[in-house]
Amino acid sequence: MPSVLLKYVMAVTGAIMLLYLVLHMIGNLKIFFGPEALDGYSEWLRTLLEPALPRTGMLWIVRVVLAVSVVAHIVAAIVLARRARAARPVRYAHRQPVQGSYAARTMRWGGVIIALFVVYHLLDLTAGTLNPNGVPGAVYDNVAADFAPSHWYATLAYVIAVVTVGFHVRHGVWSALQTIGLSNAATQHALKTFALVFAVLLTAGFLAVPFAVTFGLV
Amino acid sequence: MKVHLKVWRQRSAGDPGKIVNYDVADASPDMSFLELLDVLNEQLVLAGEDPVAFDHDCREGICGACSMVIDGQPHGPEKATTTCQLHLRHFRDGDTITIEPFRAGAFPVIKDLVVDRGAFDRIIQAGGYISAPTGAAPDAHATPVPKDHADRAFTAAACIGCGACVAACPNGSASLFLGAKITHLGELPQGQPERDSRVTAMVAQHDAEGFGGCTNTGECAVACPKEIPLDVISQLNRDYLAARKARRRSA
Amino acid sequence: MSYLDYTVGAPVVDRAAPDGPIETRWERRRFGVKLVNPANKRKMHIIVVGTGLAGGSAAATLAELGYRVSSFCYQDSPRRAHSIAAQGGINAAKNYRNDGDSVYRLFYDTVKGGDFRARESNVHRLAEISRQIIDQCVAQGVPFAREYGGLLDNRSFGGAQVSRTFYARGQTGQQLLLGAYQALERQIDAGGVTMYPRHEMLELIVVDGHARGIVARDLITGEIRSHLGDAVVLATGGYGNVFYLSTNAKGCNVTANWRAHRKGAYFANPCYTQIHPTCIPVSGEHQSKLTLMSESLRNDGRVWVPERKGDDRNPNDIPEGERDYFLERQYPAFGNLVPRDIASRAAKNVCDDGRGVGPGGLGVYLDFAEVIARLGRPAVAAKYGNLFQMYQRITGEDPYQVPMRIYPAVHYTMGGLWVDYDLQSTVPGLFVIGEANFSDHGANRLGASALMQGLADGYFVLPNTIGEYLATNGHIQVDQDAPEVKQAEADVAERIDTLLSIGGERTVDSFHRELGHIMWEHCGMERTDAGLRKALDRIPELRNEFWENVRIPGTGVELNQSLERAGRVADFLELGELLCLDALHRTESCGGHFRAESQTPEGEAARDDASFTYAAAWEYTGRGTAPILHKEDLVFEHVTPSQRSYK
Repeated sequence: MPSVLLKYVMAVTGAIMLLYLVLHMIGNLKIFFGPEALDGYSEWLRTLLEPALPRTGMLWIVRVVLAVSVVAHIVAAIVLARRARAARPVRYAHRQPVQGSYAARTMRWGGVIIALFVVYHLLDLTAGTLNPNGVPGAVYDNVAADFAPSHWYATLAYVIAVVTVGFHVRHGVWSALQTIGLSNAATQHALKTFALVFAVLLTAGFLAVPFAVTFGLV
Repeated sequence: MKVHLKVWRQRSAGDPGKIVNYDVADASPDMSFLELLDVLNEQLVLAGEDPVAFDHDCREGICGACSMVIDGQPHGPEKATTTCQLHLRHFRDGDTITIEPFRAGAFPVIKDLVVDRGAFDRIIQAGGYISAPTGAAPDAHATPVPKDHADRAFTAAACIGCGACVAACPNGSASLFLGAKITHLGELPQGQPERDSRVTAMVAQHDAEGFGGCTNTGECAVACPKEIPLDVISQLNRDYLAARKARRRSA
Repeated sequence: MSYLDYTVGAPVVDRAAPDGPIETRWERRRFGVKLVNPANKRKMHIIVVGTGLAGGSAAATLAELGYRVSSFCYQDSPRRAHSIAAQGGINAAKNYRNDGDSVYRLFYDTVKGGDFRARESNVHRLAEISRQIIDQCVAQGVPFAREYGGLLDNRSFGGAQVSRTFYARGQTGQQLLLGAYQALERQIDAGGVTMYPRHEMLELIVVDGHARGIVARDLITGEIRSHLGDAVVLATGGYGNVFYLSTNAKGCNVTANWRAHRKGAYFANPCYTQIHPTCIPVSGEHQSKLTLMSESLRNDGRVWVPERKGDDRNPNDIPEGERDYFLERQYPAFGNLVPRDIASRAAKNVCDDGRGVGPGGLGVYLDFAEVIARLGRPAVAAKYGNLFQMYQRITGEDPYQVPMRIYPAVHYTMGGLWVDYDLQSTVPGLFVIGEANFSDHGANRLGASALMQGLADGYFVLPNTIGEYLATNGHIQVDQDAPEVKQAEADVAERIDTLLSIGGERTVDSFHRELGHIMWEHCGMERTDAGLRKALDRIPELRNEFWENVRIPGTGVELNQSLERAGRVADFLELGELLCLDALHRTESCGGHFRAESQTPEGEAARDDASFTYAAAWEYTGRGTAPILHKEDLVFEHVTPSQRSYK
C-alpha cells in the first residue's frame, strides 16, 4: 500500500481514537460530581441504546471499533517505520534534528509507551485484575484506590502515559490534518496552534482526576 | 582561518567507508564551502592522495548538484543556501566540520560524497510533466492563469531537485520533492488533464524507489535551499486522495 | 612553420541557405526539406550530446517525431545542464505590449546587437520562432510571471527599447530547462529516448566522411564505449571556461566541440566572447567561478563610481554631486541599458582610470537607492528579491542598504562550430545547436536571446532540418567493429592512459588557472596585437608543460574527477590558442571582440566592414600547427551595417 494511504489510515484511525479519548475524558471528569455521578455514568454506558441493543451492546461496538482502529494504527505505523528504516540504511555520524518538535520525534517510542500503558490500564480499571480495589462497577472506589498516595507508582505511570499521549496528540493532530490535505500556507500556523491547544486541554483533563485523588480534592 | 574537517571517504559503492580527518590551514572567510574542498583537494593531490569526490557544477545555487551534509545539516547551517553558496564566514577559525554524503537507501553512495540521485529522475518520468508535444501549443495567452495560482506554481517549481529534503527527513521520504512537482503542475490549467494520473503514478514510483513515508516533521522544508513550503505535501495528499476517489467514480 | 602562419582556404558555403524574401525563407526551407517516412524514423538512431535547453528540447522533440534517440550528459541528471542558471528571461516578438514590437524588429535588433556579424536568414528565423517558443513553454507548464489579469508579464531587457522579455522571476533558465527536461523524461519513460547521465563524449566517430557516433566514457565505471547512430547532434554549450573564471558551471567544457573540430568540423569566430557587465567581483585567489547578477538589475539599478580617484568612503556617504553615473553620462539615450559589451568596457575604463571600488579597485556600484525610494522596498523585493538574496549570501552585504559592487566577467561565447542554415556542421551528419554553434548572435549576443536560440534550435529548427540529411542518406547500419570505430575507441583509451601516466608535479587546476589568467589578461575585454602575440607564445609552452608535468591521481576505471578535468583542460589548451589567433587575425573591433587598435575617437568599437564582413571558420590541421581559415561572406540585404550608437 502506498505510504500516502498508510498515512491516511493513521490519520483516520487516530481521529477515531481521539474522538473516543475526548468522550473518555469528559466521562472521567464526572468524578468531580461525586461517586454516584461517576458510577451512574459507568452504568449508563452499559445500558446505552437499550433495548434496541442488548446490555453493554453499544459498549462492545465501541470496543470493537477501537480495537480495529488500534490494530490498523499500529500496523500502519510499523509498516511505515520499517520503510523509514530501510530508506536510511546508513545513519549519519553527526546529525541533530533542527526542526522536528520533540513531539514529532517521539511519535514511535511514544506510541509504544502508550500501547503498553493501554494494556495495563485495561487490566487495572476495566478488568480490575491489577486494581487494589478491583470491584466491578465500583468505578469511583477503584479510581480512588488506584491513585491513593500510597499507590503512587500507579499514579506516576498514569501521569507519564497521559503526558506521552499529549505529545502524541499534539503532533498527531497536526500531522493528520496535513495528511488529509487540510493544511495550506494560510492555515498551517492556525492548525499547529489548534493541535497544541487541543493536546494541552486533553492532557489537563486526564491529569485532573489522578491529581485530584492523590491530593485529596475528591 | 584554519578548519579541521572530518570527511566521509568511501572508495566505491561496495566499500564500507569511514570518516577521515583533514586540516586546511589557509582557508579564507570569503571562500565558498566548495572552494574549501577545492583547496583540500589540491593539497591531497600534491601529497599523492586521492582527492575527495563531490558533486558540484553551477556553483551559484541553482543546478542542485552539490549534495553534502555539513555538521548534520544538508547544505550546512545557513538557511535557504546550497553548499556552493555557503561561505566560510559563517564558521569560526579552528572549527571542526563534519562532512557526509546525503544518506538514503534510494541515494546510494557512488564515491565519497557523490550519491546517485537517479531516483528523482525516475519519479519525474513516472508523470512529472505535462504532455505537450512540440508544435501542439495554442497561443500563450489563450489560457489566462490567475496570478496567485501562477505564483504558487512558481514557488513550488523553484525546486532544484538536490535531494536535501530526503537527506534531512528522518524517514528518508521524498515527499517535499514530490509535492513540489505535484503543486507546480497541479496549480496550472495546463496541468489539469493529467492531474490524477500524475499523482498516482508519481506516488507509486516514489515508494518503489524505496523512499520512506512522510511523518510531517517538517525537517525537509527547513533543509530546503529553495524554501519549498511544507504545504506542498498537504497538496500532494489532497490530490492523491482526490485521484483515488476519481478512479473509483470512473471504475 | 609557426601557428600564426595560417593559410586561407576556399570560402565555406552555406548550401542549405534559402534565398528570396526573408520573411518566407524559413517557410520555404521547411517545405524544401525532404520528409522521413514514419516507418523509417523508428529505425533511425540519433545521438544527442548535452541536455541543456537545446539538447534537452531536441532530444524530446526528435523522440516525439518517432526517432530513436540516445541522450548524453556529464551531469548526474539532465536537469542540471547550465542553461538552468540563466536568470533574466527569454525574448519573443509577441508584441503583447503593443509597443511597436514585431518579428522584423526583433530580427533587426538582433542583427544590429550582433554588430552585423550574424547571418540575416538565421536571425530572421530565430525571430519568427521566438513566438512559438513561448506558446510551447506555456503549454508545458512553465510558470512565467503573470499580471493580475492572468496574462503574461513582459519586461524590457538590455539593449531593447520594447518590452519583449518573458521571465520567471530571476529563474527563467531554470523554468525553461525544467520544461524541456520534463518533456525529455516523458520520452525516456515512453522508450523513445535512452538516457546516459554521467557520460562524457570524448571522441566523434566519422565513417566515410559522415558523423556516425561518439565514444563516451562512463564517468562512474570509467568504461569507454562507442555509441553509433545515423546522426550526431552536439548541444554541448559554450567554451567560456577557457578563461577559468567565468559564469559558466565548473563542468562546462569544449571537449565535445573540440573533438569534433579535430575530426573536421570548422570552428567559427572563437574570438567572439561575451563579457557580462553585472557579475559579483572576485574576492580572492581561491575564487573558482564568478556569479552573474541578472542584467535585468540594470533596468532599475544605476551604475556609478566616485568622481574622484581612490575615493574609498562608504558609498552612502558620497554625495550625489561627487558620483559619476558614467553610463547615463556617456549614453544618454540608453543609459544603464546599453548592450553588454559597451557596459562592460565602460566599467573597465573607469576602473583602469583608478576609480573602481572594492578590493583591488575592480568593481563599480550598481545602486538601487533611487528605485527603492520610488517604488518602496516590497516592490523592489518582488522583482529582484532572489537576486538580492544571492548577492547578500555571496558577499555578506545587503543591497537594500549598500549599493551592489559589480564587475564584468566572461559569460557567453558567440563563436562555436560552424553550421549551415540546417545547423549541420562541415562534417555531414554532425549537427550543432544552441551555444555550441556560432550562428545567430554574430559578435555580440543581446540579453534574453540565448534561451530563445537554444529552444528555437532544439524544439523547432533541428527536428525539421535534420530530416533532409536523414532522408537523403537513408539508414545505414555501422558495424561496431568497423576500423574507424575501433580506432576512435583506442585513441580515447590512449589519451587517458597518457594523462594518467605523466605523474608530474602540478595539479590540473593550476594549469587551468594559469591558462585562464593568460586568456583574461591578453584576450579579455580589450585585445591588442602585442598582447595576443604574447598569449600565443605562452599557451603552447603551458600546453607542453601540461603534457609533461600534470599530476592526476587515481585510475581510469573509477569515478576520477581529476581525470575528467584534465581531459577538458587539455582541450582548452588547444582552443585557447585558436581563440587568440582568431582575435589576432580580426584586426577590427566588433561586438564582444574589442581590438584597442580599432576604435573611434570616442573610444567606441570601430568595425572594418570592408575587410571583415565574414565569419571566420577555422579548419584543424594538427595540435599547434597553423590552421586553415575559411571565410563565409556575410551579406546584409535588410539591415544596413552602421556604426552602433547607443548615445
